[in-house]
Amino acid sequence: MSDPMAEIRASFFIECEELLEALQDGLQAMFDGARDDETVNVVFRAVHSIKGGAGAFGLDELVAFAHRFETVLDEVRAHRLAADGDLLKLFFQCGDMLGDLVRDSRDGLDHDPARAAPVLDRLDALMGTQDDTPDAEEVAFQPMAVSLDLPGLDTDTPPPGDAPAPPVWSIRFSPAASLYAAGNEPLFLFRALRDLGEIEITCQDRDLPTLDSLETEQSFLAWEITLTTSEGEAAIREVFEFVDGLCDLEVTEQVGGADITKLHPPGADAAAANVATAPYPAAPAPGPTTPEVTTPEVTAAELTAAEAPKARPPAPSPPRATVRVDLDRIDRLVNLVGEIVINQAMLTQSVEEAGLPPNSAVRTGLEEFLQLTRDIQESVMMIRAQPVKSLFQRMARIVRESSADVGKEVHLRTDGENTEVDKTVIERLADPLTHMIRNAVDHGLENTADRIAAGKPAEGKVTLTAMHRSGRVVIEVADDGGGINRDKVRAIAEMKGLITPDLPLTDSEIDNLLFLPGFSTAEEVSNLSGRGVGMDVVRSSIQALGGRISITSEQGKGTTFSISLPLTLAVLDGMVVRVAGETLVVPLNSILETLALTREEIREFGPETHVVNIRDNFVPLLDLGAELGYRDPLEDYAGGVVLLIAQEDSNPAAVVVDAIEDQRQVVIKGLQDSYGRVPGIAAATILGDGQIALILDPVDLVAQASGRTRPPRPIDAKAG
Amino acid sequence: MTDAGKQIAKQKDATEIELLSFLVGGQDYSVDIMSVREIRGGATATSLPHSPDYVRGVINLRGTVLPIMDLSRRLGMDSDVESDRNVIIVVAVGDRTVGLMVDAVSDILAIPEDEMQPPPDMPADNERNFVTALTIIDGRMIRILDLNAILPPANEEAA
Repeated sequence: MSDPMAEIRASFFIECEELLEALQDGLQAMFDGARDDETVNVVFRAVHSIKGGAGAFGLDELVAFAHRFETVLDEVRAHRLAADGDLLKLFFQCGDMLGDLVRDSRDGLDHDPARAAPVLDRLDALMGTQDDTPDAEEVAFQPMAVSLDLPGLDTDTPPPGDAPAPPVWSIRFSPAASLYAAGNEPLFLFRALRDLGEIEITCQDRDLPTLDSLETEQSFLAWEITLTTSEGEAAIREVFEFVDGLCDLEVTEQVGGADITKLHPPGADAAAANVATAPYPAAPAPGPTTPEVTTPEVTAAELTAAEAPKARPPAPSPPRATVRVDLDRIDRLVNLVGEIVINQAMLTQSVEEAGLPPNSAVRTGLEEFLQLTRDIQESVMMIRAQPVKSLFQRMARIVRESSADVGKEVHLRTDGENTEVDKTVIERLADPLTHMIRNAVDHGLENTADRIAAGKPAEGKVTLTAMHRSGRVVIEVADDGGGINRDKVRAIAEMKGLITPDLPLTDSEIDNLLFLPGFSTAEEVSNLSGRGVGMDVVRSSIQALGGRISITSEQGKGTTFSISLPLTLAVLDGMVVRVAGETLVVPLNSILETLALTREEIREFGPETHVVNIRDNFVPLLDLGAELGYRDPLEDYAGGVVLLIAQEDSNPAAVVVDAIEDQRQVVIKGLQDSYGRVPGIAAATILGDGQIALILDPVDLVAQASGRTRPPRPIDAKAG
Repeated sequence: MTDAGKQIAKQKDATEIELLSFLVGGQDYSVDIMSVREIRGGATATSLPHSPDYVRGVINLRGTVLPIMDLSRRLGMDSDVESDRNVIIVVAVGDRTVGLMVDAVSDILAIPEDEMQPPPDMPADNERNFVTALTIIDGRMIRILDLNAILPPANEEAA
C-alpha cells in the first residue's frame, strides 16, 4: 500500500492522463488550422514526456511506440513534413493508441502488438527506413546542469586547451551536523565521486575532540578529496546536490598539479570547521566577495555565504495552481456541509419558534449564516465538479473510430468543454454518451452519397454541446443527418408490436418510440450499434443519474438528443409529500405532473385495483400508503392528490398521496450502509425539523407495486 | 460457555468483564460495554416500509441515519406500552451502528469471568439464541446478549 514506487508510478499515470489531454488539445488545434510552432511543440513535448517517464518505469512497449510517434512529430516540428489532414488523422490514431498503451500499462494488461502495428507501419512509411530503437540517452532523465557561476574560481581555471590530460580537482568537504541529521552518508557521496574518475580521499580528524568531550550529535570530520576526472565542475557539484546547504564544500581545480587549497592558512581551516558545526554563520555575511585563491584571508564562511544562494538548482517550471485530493476527503467535506445545511435549517426553525422579533440580532445573524452556508455548499460542490472536456475528448475518439468503421466522413464539433459537472456524473455519463455518439454516426448521418444527393457537404457533422441551464447541466448530441424517418419508426414499432396500428401519435410521440426497449431502426445490424441494447438503456442510465433525455428531430436537417442532468448527485430536487402520517420525498425528475382526482376519473379495474383516466389515457392507480405498508387501501380516493410518475416503458403510474407539502433540495443520505436495501426506497434525507424522511425510488416502487387500491374484503379470496 | 462468551472473555484477557446492563420488558439484559457508543433519549423514528416489526425505523443521529431496533419486540416480548421514557443504546457491531431501544439503563457491571455461566438448554425459542451467557448479581439474573444475532441480516432485503 505504502510502496513509494507504486505511488510514484501512480502519479506518473495521472500525469500521463494530463499529457494525453494536452496532446489531444494540440492535435485538435492543429486540425483546426493552427500551424504555429508552439502548438506542434506542445504535442511533441507531451509525447516526449510520456516516453521519458515510461522509460524510467521500464515500460518498453510504451517507450517504443512513443519514440516512433515522436520521431515523426519531430519531422513536423522541423518543417520537413507538412501536417496535412491525413497526417493529422494518423496522429489522432497514434494519440488514441498511446492512450491505450498508457492505460494498459497502468492496469498491468498485456498489449496486443497487432493493434499498434498498422499505425506504426504508417508512421515508419513516413520516415522511410529508420532505426526504431529509441536511444537510451534520450530516454533517461536529462540531468539538470547546476550552474554555480562562482566568480573568481573560474578565473583560475586554465583555458581548456592548456590541459590535455584530465584536470585534477581538489574538493574539500566538511559536513555539518544537519547533514547527518537528514540521514545522509558521506560514503555514498564518495562512491558517486569515484564513478567520475580516479579518486584519493583523506579524512581530516584534527577537529575531533578527545573521547570524554565528544558530542555525538556534532560533526567533526572533514575530508579532502583529490579527483582526476574529465567531467566538469558541474558534474562534481551535482554529486553534492542533495547535501546542498548541509555541508561546506569547496571545489577547486589544481593548476599544474599544485593543490591550491593547500595555500589556505590554518586559520581558514579552523573557520571551515566552525562553519561545519554551525552551518549558517550568525554574523552578517559580507557581500559577494571574490574568493581569490591568492588571497588567504578569504574564509570558508564567506565562501559559503556567497555560494549558498547560487548553488540552488534553477527552479522548475512554476507549479500549477492545482491540488490532487483524495475523492474520499472531498466526499467527507460534502457530507459535513450537508450536515451544516440541515443543522442550520433546524436552527432557523427553533429561532422562529422562540418568537424573536424579525429584526433581532439573532435573526439577522442567522440570515447571514444562511447565505454563507449556501455559498459554502456551492463551493464544496464545485470541488467535485470537473470540466466535461475529458469526456468530450473520449467522444472525439469514438467519432473517429466509428466513422472509419462505417465509411463516413464525420467531423465532431464540441462546445462548452469547460462546463463543470460532478465527477461521478461524468464517469457514469461515458457509456450512454458513447452509445449516442455511435448512434448519431451510424444512424443519424446519411451515407456520403445520400448527403451529396441532398445537397449537403459530404462531411457529416456531429455536435456535442455542454451548457449550464437553470441549475442543471444540459448536454446535447446533434447530427446534421436526415432526421428521424417517422414513417419507418412507426412501421417498426407496429411490426414489433410495441404500439397498436393506427394509434394516433404526434411527431414527438413517434420520436419517443426510439426509447422503447428493444427498438432498433437499423435495417441491418451493424458492428457499431444495434446490438439489441438501444436508446432505452441510454435512457435508464440517464435516469439513474437523476437526468432526463429528450429528442427533437427535423426531417432532412438532423436530430438532437438533449440530456439534462443535476449538477451533483449529493443533493436532489424533491417534492415533500405526506402519506399516512409519514413524510416522504419524491424525486422531482420522476414526476410528470400532479393533479387532484375527481370521482369520474377513477375507474374500477378488476377486483382489487383502479385505473385513472387522464385525458383518455388509462394509468394504474397506486396508493403510496398501502404500497409502503403504512395503511390499508382506502375506500374512496376521490379528491386525493395524485403524482403522475414517469416510467421507463413510458407508461406512467398515478400515485396517491395525502398532501403535497413542499418542493425543495434535499441532501441524500444512503440507507444501504446502516440498514440495507428497502424496497421502493432509494435513500433517506434529513428535513429541517431534524426528522428523517425517506426518498422514494419511484421506478422500484411501481415495479414492485401490488396495485391494491381497494380495502380487503374478508369474503374476497382473490390473490393480488 | 458459548463461543461468543469465550470470545468476550478472551478479548479482555483479564478476570473481569465490563457490561452495560439495562431493562427490557422487566428483565435484566446486558451487552459488552466496549460495543456501546452512546446512550441517548428516545426520538421519533421514521418507520421503514416492509421492515420486520422489531425495526422501529430510523432516526437522525447527528446527521447519520441510525436504524432503531425495539429490543423487547426482538426478544419476542410484547411492547404494547408506548413509553416515551425509552432509552436508545447506540451500539457498534462490526462496521454497522444501530440503536437498541430499551426500557431503562441500569448499571455498569464488572463481572469476574468465572462467574459467567452458559445459558441452560431450553426448548428452542427466540430469546435463547440471543443470550450468550448468564450471571447473577445481587440475586438478579443478568442475560448477556449476542449483538451479532440480534441485528437483522445486513445487505439483504428486510422483508
